[in-house]
Amino acid sequence: MADTFCGFEREDGSYGVRNHVAVIPSVFCAAKVAERIAGNVPGCVAFRHPVGCSQVGNDLETTARTLIGIGRNPNIAAVLVVGLGCERFTPAELAEGIASSGKKLDVVVIQEIGDSIRAVEKGTRIARKMLQAVSRERRRETPVSHLMIGLNCGGSDMTSGLVANPALGLASDRLVSQGGSSILSELTELVGTQHILARRGINEKIGKDIKDAIDATEARLIRQTRESTNENRRHLISTGNYDGGLSSVVEKSLGSMKKSGERAKFVEVFATGAVPKNRGLLLMDGPGHDGEVATGQAAAGAQIMCFPTGRGTPTGFPGVPVIKITGNPRTFERMVTNLDVNAGEVLLGKKSLSEMGDIIYQEILAVASGKFCKAEQLGHDELFCVTRKP
Amino acid sequence: MDSNDFLNICGAKSALAIHPDDNVAVVLADLAAGESCLVRNSNGAEYSVTALEDIGFGHKIVLSDIAGEGKVIKYGEEIGRVNKPVAKGAWVHNHNMVCLRGR
Repeated sequence: MADTFCGFEREDGSYGVRNHVAVIPSVFCAAKVAERIAGNVPGCVAFRHPVGCSQVGNDLETTARTLIGIGRNPNIAAVLVVGLGCERFTPAELAEGIASSGKKLDVVVIQEIGDSIRAVEKGTRIARKMLQAVSRERRRETPVSHLMIGLNCGGSDMTSGLVANPALGLASDRLVSQGGSSILSELTELVGTQHILARRGINEKIGKDIKDAIDATEARLIRQTRESTNENRRHLISTGNYDGGLSSVVEKSLGSMKKSGERAKFVEVFATGAVPKNRGLLLMDGPGHDGEVATGQAAAGAQIMCFPTGRGTPTGFPGVPVIKITGNPRTFERMVTNLDVNAGEVLLGKKSLSEMGDIIYQEILAVASGKFCKAEQLGHDELFCVTRKP
Repeated sequence: MDSNDFLNICGAKSALAIHPDDNVAVVLADLAAGESCLVRNSNGAEYSVTALEDIGFGHKIVLSDIAGEGKVIKYGEEIGRVNKPVAKGAWVHNHNMVCLRGR
């Protein structure tokens, strides 16, 4: 019997772990109007961003796909698109991209309606109606094969690679073994481990895709470090890393890679902004910035993020719970209002690594069924950040 | 006991070896030269290793002699090679370990 969680069934067959109305600007010029609309109707989440115009090519395409993916995320029950009216990424294109998911959808365009005051008013009236309609949705039990988690980390210390990431990896392995999906990203943090990760491809082609993606990341990093005239901008591994006991970038990367477990095989490599075609363990090709990683994962359909942090970071994502796991028992004590799981108990000898893997797995299921994580309780939403590809 | 389990030895000076193949462990307390620590092996075994030199919290202690240019293994994988023979109980770091990638 497969493990289950209680989620909100969507028209396209996916399951949300939250039931929000999203207010998404198609361009930065509409950001404040979107924010004000969401602020007027508690239960709405705004996705403020600085993109959507003065962009071309792959950069604009990544923006388009990412914003569409956010609107299609299963945690979103209904979407209000807010446009300006002359932007390159049109509000109509954003709405069209979301429409096939079957969600309730509407559009407000500032230049059409007259001014920002009237756009806020109209948007508020629409959002209020949407919220009332989606509030009737009820959770129902469904297998964890409908769950996709994003693996991310930030504010790391030596306990992250030592206990928090390996424990999260055990939870990820267990979710994938039950048919669920898990996304490893942060390619800049995987440099030096491509030969190891390539062995975990489900076949030779996926192994090669993994190696090619990390090779390209490494080549770019080497070029960027060479180009820099400032000596302090050239290191892939920081002085702090060395002082903390890490002796090579491979050692650091192995600690990061451990988030993806040991048993599960990678079934696909996809680019930030894309939606994976397969379920299972996935590698998202993109940079290592906390927010860009989280945003790409949410756009890919992840309903929950799991985020080890040794030093402690309070960040969250609009509409998507971010479960904070620390391997540092002192950090947990200090930041208990920001952190969800104390994997530091493994360091203290109070829990084994596999017991901690179970605790994290159960926490994922609890949050999937409605338990608020700490970042949600305090309204943290800093991680929404669309990747630029100039 | 699961291969990933660590034994409960809370209170003693200890070190964690993450993978069964590892020839280094991460020390969880500052060790002075001549001081012993209890290594918690991922297999569930625990044994004592004496530090040959001062080793700081979070740094790596060698669990078995490594020959010149031998591999340093952590997480079951090579994280670098020593540039001279390094004895059991020694501190291994970037003064005696080299990794050609991403420096």
